Order: sequence, then structure tokens, then C-alpha cells
Amino acid sequence: MALTREQVENIAHLARLELEPAEIPRFQQNLSSIVEFIGELERAETAGIAPMAHPLPGLTQRLRPDAVTEPDERELYQQNAPQVAAGLYLVPKVIE
Amino acid sequence: MSAWETVIGLEIHAQLATRSKIFSGAPTAYGAAPNSQACLVDLGYPGVLPVLNAEVVRMAVRFGLAIGARIERHSVFARKNYFYPDLPKGYQISQYELPIVAAGAIEIVLEDGTVKRIGVTRAHLEEDAGKSLHEGLGAFTGIDLNRAGTPLIEIVSEPEMRSAKEAVAYMKKVHTLVRYLEICDGNMQEGSFRCDANVSVRPVGTEKFGTRAEIKNINSFRYVEKAIQYEAARQIELIESGGKVVQETRLWDPDKGETRSMRSKEEANDYRYFPDPDLLPLEIDEAYIEAVREALPELPDAKAARFVAAYGLSAYDALVLTASRELADYYEAVVRAVPEQPKLAANWVMGELSAALNKDGLEIGAGRLSAERLAGLLVRIADDTISGKIAKEVFEAMWASGESADAIIEAKGLKQITDTGAIEQAIEAVMAKNPAQLAEFRAGKDKLFGFFVGQVMKATQGKANPAQLNELLKKKLPG
Amino acid sequence: MYRQTLTQLAADLRARRVSSVELVRAFLARIEASQRDLNAFVTVTAEQALAQAEAADRALAAGRGGALEGVPFGHKDLFCTAGVRTTCGSRMLERFISPYDAAVVSRLKAAGAVMLGKLNMDEFAMGSSNETSYFGPVRNPWNRALVPGGSSGGSAAAVAARLLPAATATDTGGSIRQPAAFCGVTGIKPTYGRVSRYGMIAFASSLDQAGVIAASAEDAARVLREMAGFDPRDSTSVDAPVPDYLAGLDQPLSGLKIGVLKEFFDTGLDAAYERCVREALQVFERLGASVREVSLPNIPLSVPVYYVVAPAECSSNLARYDGVRFGHRCAEARDLEDLYKRSRSEGFGAEVKRRIMTGTYVLSAGYYDAYYLKAQRVRRLIAADFERAFGEVDLLMGPTTPTAAFELGAKVADPITMYLNDIYTIGANLAGLPAMSVPCGFAAGLPAGLQIIGPHFAEARLLNAAHRYQRETDWHLRIPEAYA
Repeated sequence: MALTREQVENIAHLARLELEPAEIPRFQQNLSSIVEFIGELERAETAGIAPMAHPLPGLTQRLRPDAVTEPDERELYQQNAPQVAAGLYLVPKVIE
Repeated sequence: MSAWETVIGLEIHAQLATRSKIFSGAPTAYGAAPNSQACLVDLGYPGVLPVLNAEVVRMAVRFGLAIGARIERHSVFARKNYFYPDLPKGYQISQYELPIVAAGAIEIVLEDGTVKRIGVTRAHLEEDAGKSLHEGLGAFTGIDLNRAGTPLIEIVSEPEMRSAKEAVAYMKKVHTLVRYLEICDGNMQEGSFRCDANVSVRPVGTEKFGTRAEIKNINSFRYVEKAIQYEAARQIELIESGGKVVQETRLWDPDKGETRSMRSKEEANDYRYFPDPDLLPLEIDEAYIEAVREALPELPDAKAARFVAAYGLSAYDALVLTASRELADYYEAVVRAVPEQPKLAANWVMGELSAALNKDGLEIGAGRLSAERLAGLLVRIADDTISGKIAKEVFEAMWASGESADAIIEAKGLKQITDTGAIEQAIEAVMAKNPAQLAEFRAGKDKLFGFFVGQVMKATQGKANPAQLNELLKKKLPG
Repeated sequence: MYRQTLTQLAADLRARRVSSVELVRAFLARIEASQRDLNAFVTVTAEQALAQAEAADRALAAGRGGALEGVPFGHKDLFCTAGVRTTCGSRMLERFISPYDAAVVSRLKAAGAVMLGKLNMDEFAMGSSNETSYFGPVRNPWNRALVPGGSSGGSAAAVAARLLPAATATDTGGSIRQPAAFCGVTGIKPTYGRVSRYGMIAFASSLDQAGVIAASAEDAARVLREMAGFDPRDSTSVDAPVPDYLAGLDQPLSGLKIGVLKEFFDTGLDAAYERCVREALQVFERLGASVREVSLPNIPLSVPVYYVVAPAECSSNLARYDGVRFGHRCAEARDLEDLYKRSRSEGFGAEVKRRIMTGTYVLSAGYYDAYYLKAQRVRRLIAADFERAFGEVDLLMGPTTPTAAFELGAKVADPITMYLNDIYTIGANLAGLPAMSVPCGFAAGLPAGLQIIGPHFAEARLLNAAHRYQRETDWHLRIPEAYA
């Protein structure tokens, strides 16, 4: 297979996903076949071709004037927050 | 034991002093209630998109021009992907392969007066993360995203510094420069100006770089110096005792005076940079760059050179006086009012004025004593109305009361006595009062000359013109 | 009433032949009756809809109101709707109430459209069958054992079953066109940048576009006219005027040069389906167009390119779902890492995880050049192929999909088999081109779709061609028996 079990575990960790040990073989299988499938791209002759990050050529970034346009809507925005205290979003304590 | 060389590179993050954030219209003001300045874009809500702040671009170009760097006509924003609670989108929008400012340089002046050129590898734009608060929340850490999205310019130096002192000089120079350019307020307590130091050591004479450690978030010039010195010593000792320096991130602990490893386990950081598809390439044309160039203020190096040439100051004095634009402008305002006394003005601005500002914890911009007022005092020294010593007294009174030099001199009757007759009278009185010392002096005890100077000064409340007093004493004492 | 096109309904409303409240009530009843069988909706907003309908009726009575005043409408559950649950078909956003309206939603609201609910979809728009939704699969109204296509399965099924006259949808690799083809309805994906992405929950930023699914090209034109336009909140939004898409609908097609893509008529294409498409091309010839074969040699690589670029972008776009500020959070997280891993693993389905991991892999150190950069280079080759083709012809046509709708569960075992459904549609996304699917007949009793692709900003031309075709045919007016 294109990917080892360890590679799959590393990728999952980078993406902060937890896979059940029983699931890993199936993910390994699926991801390997995807990787093999996209490996077809190797065949394409792309010497001297620049990567295309945006579909419409020639467009450039527009600039916005430096002005405050957003009011304080903390209460509204925090309605969706799972855990908040004193206006702060809470996560399990992080030790640096 | 071979001699060791310390190799230092600095990464400085300066918050750009815009009104709104780099990619959103939320305010950037410091000190607001938690999450009251975090809009949907800053919070990384589903469906929101970044739009670039025009002022941020102007400030970056300003900086690039000031360090003689090439401004990239085409630069790209890239995503730096990693998970941390103060990074709401799970990626930071930064610049990677194509930063807006390419290589430039900064000149520093060392203590012995030598000038060293430190290369700047690049400077790029990125967004700041939020803040984590670990205290007072029990088993939780609290996240405040007010700071998330504040514009930063990251300035990366070449690893060309060879001592902690050089690093401090570089950091100070960059600090001065960003304030001169009015792109950053340089407030290290508030986190507007942060420094990470990359430190490694190698035996003198070798070319290969040693493994470096990164020391993060040092927020004062003093700490930079101490942290680098500590780290260099730590690495040398480690290597000399057979160990190996680990490439890691370390935090400077000012209370303990040491650096310590930041992560309990080594995190392999694969940031998976790729161009941000929500932002288009930033294109800057010649006309834009020229317009920014034309609007540049006189930069510190040029100003210092001009001070040396125009005012006859030493290189060191010029450096001190041009440390900030406000101070330099103040000095020049003083000189404009007392044009024949640039050195006197320099001494007083660097001396009494700076000491008074420091003591009261004020910046020159606080406006406690105007340049014109100070000039008013210097004029009276220059025209002999008061002596230098009395002037200090007058200055203190001016500082406290805000009144003019003339008003205080008048009110306290501090005018120097320059009338020969009056001084002679005072001398005669002192001579009459101190017959024993007079006799001793006349017998050959020359040392007592100072005693008579002191006595006359006391009798005249320090107002006798010292030069005249000297001359007259020399005439009268021998008898 | 429900058989009428949006155009007819809008006219009836304007003329006060029918009230918005009446229409809304009628459609709500159909929706309710169909939910168990079709499951097209995630959320039905009956109360708000009636309130909006009442307001619309007042506006219409006063002779005011927008071009879509009082018309019942639905939004794919990927568009943020203020105060209304927006789930993206995912457990991750099961309870998420958006605090703001997407640009598309505000524009259609301003035009007077009345929202009846949020439409089911493949989770985070990742899928071609609407089988990955946390809220259960959507079924094809033509045959409920079959998929409606995806990811805009709910939108297509709802319009096909006439639960709504039209619905918004999004297309990243074919997610408007493919379900439109499977469900026998008309769908258009505009040029990239034509419609604002602000408020459209991101899957793959350089490919996503908002569009509409409706019963006819004329209907789609009417809606697109209101949706399209520059939005300063979206840096990729193009600042170009929006033509009146209705104005040129009836232009004659004489002289129109149509290119038929050689690479699309390959062995994978179902024979009966191909016949429908060929017959459609004959209609165009009768209308005065000329048809010739063109070749886009790099097009066969479009699926592998897509499955590098889209997962890469989505792996980054979905990193914000971490249980901290909104969305699903696991119970009693032990530490930060546990919070992230369990919240995300519980919140995302298998296909989403696969794509996130694929994306993480192709961007990771050592693989970026070989996969991501390589894919973006091939992307440029594909875009260049299209540009060359449009130098010779005005529009490209071909089948939208290789087969008609397949059975639920038939393709879930192997992701690649599912991915190959998009083989004809992906190219237009990679090049940012406008593309449509219009119903063109039935293959073994199931709808077949004709795909029309045009150069950048040629929406008016696509709609014109589709409209003239729909004046000659009635495939687009057919309604599945169970819902007729």
C-alpha cells in the first residue's frame, strides 16, 4: 500500500483527528488508493509551467481602507460558544 | 578549550499601528474587555473571508525603503497551519516564499564607536494571534481573541550579530526606526514590539553554524542582553561537558535569570505552508513605491549625520539625541531659539532634561517643559545672567512650576553678580571676617584660595560670577 | 400551482393572482409530506417563512418589492442564515446558529425571496451522492432507491419534486450540475468570483462557487441576476457589472459554434445517456448552431488534480472546527489535545476525515512539490486547454455525468469510484468557468443531463442557449410521478 499505518497515524495527528484502532486499516486502504490515484499526475509533462493558485488569471488583491467598521458583538457571537467565562473562551488548561 | 563565538539572529515582530486589523474592520486598540474587539473574521467563524488593510501595505513598504531593501512587486500571502487555541482559524495568514520586503540592512553603532552593518534577510506581513490567560480559571485556560488579526511585520535579521551587545544595539535601532516611521508605537510592555533571539555557538574560526536555540518573546532590551548571555554560556558549558545543543524553543525567565525549554515534548512542526486561496497576489507598482518614498521622514542615520555636521556634536551625542524623532525635534527647536549654543543645548537636553523626564517617568512628548522654555534658560546662561550652577536650581523650579526662567530668576533674585564693585565689597567683607585664614594664605597656604571662593559664594548666595570672582580674589588676597 | 416555474409564480404574485402566504403554505405542506421519503430538508423554517410571506404580500399589495418578491425559496445548508441553524450537513455544526447572513442570502432576501428552509447536502459539501450527510441521505424523487447526486442533493431533489421552485446550491467539483442531472432539473454554476463567497461555508476556496438549481434556465437567470455581483467582503469577488441575464435569453442561436469534447465521449459513458446527449446536440443544430469536435487533452487528469487541490484547501479550511468558539465539543476533555481530537473526530464523518487527511498529506513536508505544486501546474494546463478551445468555439457541450443516478449504497465502498462521477464536471471548476446542466432526456427511465460550459463571464450566453433549447423541448418540465 502507498501509505504505512504509521504514516496514517502521523497524518491523523497533524490534522488533530483520532482514529479508532479498528478503523485505521480501512483509512489506510482508502488513503493509499487515493494517493495512488493522484499519483497519476506524475505522468503529466509540466516543465516550465507555473502553478495556478487562482482560477481567474491576472486578478490582484484589493485593498480596504484602514477604518474600524466592526462593533462589539461579543454577546451575539458567544451564543454559539461551548464554554465561556468572563468573556473568555475556555479550553482545558494549557501548560507552556 | 577553544575560544567560542556566539552567533545571533533576531526575529522582531512589530505590531503595525493601524486603526483596524490586517484582514478585518475590527479595532486594534490595546486593553479592551476580552473578545470585545474580535469580529467574525477574527474569530474564524464559518464562511468569513479576509480583506487586506491598505495602510498595512503602506507601512510595510515604508519600512522596506527605510532599510534599503527591495520591495517585491509581487508578494503572496500563505497559510501557516497549526493548532493552538489562540489561533482561531487553525492557521495563521502570513507570507512565506514571497514576502513583501526582500533583503536590506541596518547599521548599528557599537560602544567603541565602530559601525557594523547587520543584514536583514526579509520582512513580511502576518496576523497576530490572540492571548491565553492561564491564571484564575481553575482547570481552564481562557482565550481572548482581541489581539487576533492585529497586523504584524516580522523582521528577520541575518545571523550576523556576534555578541549580546550587538544584538541589543540592533534591536534598539529597529525600535527607533519603526517609531521614526510611525508604523509601530514600540511599546514593549503592551507587546507591540517583541523579539525572538536565535542563539548558537561555534569555535572561533569555524564556518559551520552550531545548532541554535530560539529564545522567545523577550520584552525588554535588558532581557535580550541577559538572555543571550545566559544562553550562550549554557550552550558552551553543555558542549564542553560532552553534551549536544538541541534545536528547540526556550523561554527566558527573568526572575530566575535563565532560559528553559518551552515544550515538554518536542513538537515536530510541519506547517504545510501553501498560498492562501482566499487572498489574491499583492501587486505593488513603481508609482506607489515612489509615493511612499517621497513621504519618508528624515531617518535616524541621516539625522544623526546632519547633527554632527550642522551642530558640531560628537557621533555619540548625535546618536543619543536622535534616538527618537520627538527628542530630535525637541533638540532642534531648542537650537533654533539659541542658535549659537548647540553644544550647550545638547548637554542640557541629554543631561538635566532627560534625567528629569526619567525621574518622573515621562516621555519627551508629554510636553512638561517646552523647547522654547528650556531655550529661555540657556539664553540666560549664555549671556551670563546666571551661572551654570544656579541654572540647575532654576531648571528644577521651572520643572516644578512651569514658569519661565526669567520669571524664576526675577522672583528668586538669582541674577549673577557681575558688578566688580559689588564683588570687591563682598571679598573685602569676607577677608575682614577671616583674618586667620587670610594670614595663612598670605604666608603661603595657597590651598585656602578655594576657601575664600566658597565663602564669597556663600555670602553672595552663589550669585557671584565665578570668573570675575576668581580674578578679583587673585588681585585682592595677596594684599 | 407547484408545477409552475418560478417565472410564472413571480408573475402571478405580482399580478396578485396568488398570495405569497398561499404559496408558502402549499409548499410547506408538500415539504412536510415528502420529508420522510426524500429527506431533502435539514431545517424547515415554517414560522419565519409565513412571517416573510405576509410581509411580501404587503409589499406586493403596495406595488413595491423586489424581482422575487414573495417567491418561496430554499438555501443549501452551507449558506449562513442569521438566527437559523446552519449545519453544512454535519454533526460538527448540528446546533450552530449563524449570527449573520451570507451575501447570497441577504441579496435574495432583499429581492423578496421567502426562505422555507435549509436544504440537505453531503457533509461539508464533500460527496457526489448526498449519502454523507449526518442528517441522513437524500433520495432521488424519480426513484427513491437511488441517490439524487451531491453535494447539493437536497436542493436538486426539492426542485425536482416541486417542493420549491428554486434553491441555492454550491459547486466545487460538480455539486450543482451533477445532482441537477440526476434529478432532471436545471442548475448553473457561475464563473468563479461572479457570486460572493462571503457566508458560504468554505470547502475548497479556489473552486467553490454559489449557484442556483431551478426548473428552467429562465428561472435560473432570474435568480442569478439577484445573486451575482461584487462584494467587498470577498477578496476573490470580481468587480464587474452584472448583465441582465433575462435580456438576452431569446437570442437566436444561428452561428453559435458548439464544441463537443472528444474526451467526454469515452468508454465510461452509458450508451442510453449518450443518445440523449447526441439528440440534444441535434436540437442545437436545428436551431442554427454548428457542432464540431474539440479535444482537451489534459482533461482526463482533472480528477486527480481536484483530489489534490480540494482536499488540501479543505484540510486547512476545516481546521477552525475545534470545539473552542462554536460547533461540536466533546464531553469532559482531558486536555487540549483530547479536546481537539475527540471534538473533531466525533463531529466529522468518514468522508470528511478522508479528505482532511488526504489534504494534510499532500501539503506535508516532502510531498508539497510532488503533489500540490504538481497539481496546480496541471491545473494551468487544463485551463489553457479550455482557453484554446474557446478560441475555436463559443460553448462546449457534453454529458454532465457518465451515468444516470445510481443506487444508494452502491458506491460508498470505494472512494475513487465515487470520485469518478465528477469526471466531466471538475474541469470547469479548476478553470473557474461558468457551467450548466440542463435535462436532455431519459436513459432507462432516469434523467440525463446535458452540460454546457462557457468562457469566463459568459453566463448570459449559457442561459440563452439553454433557454432556446428548453423552448424546443420539455424535458425540464417533467415531474417525477410520485410528486406530479
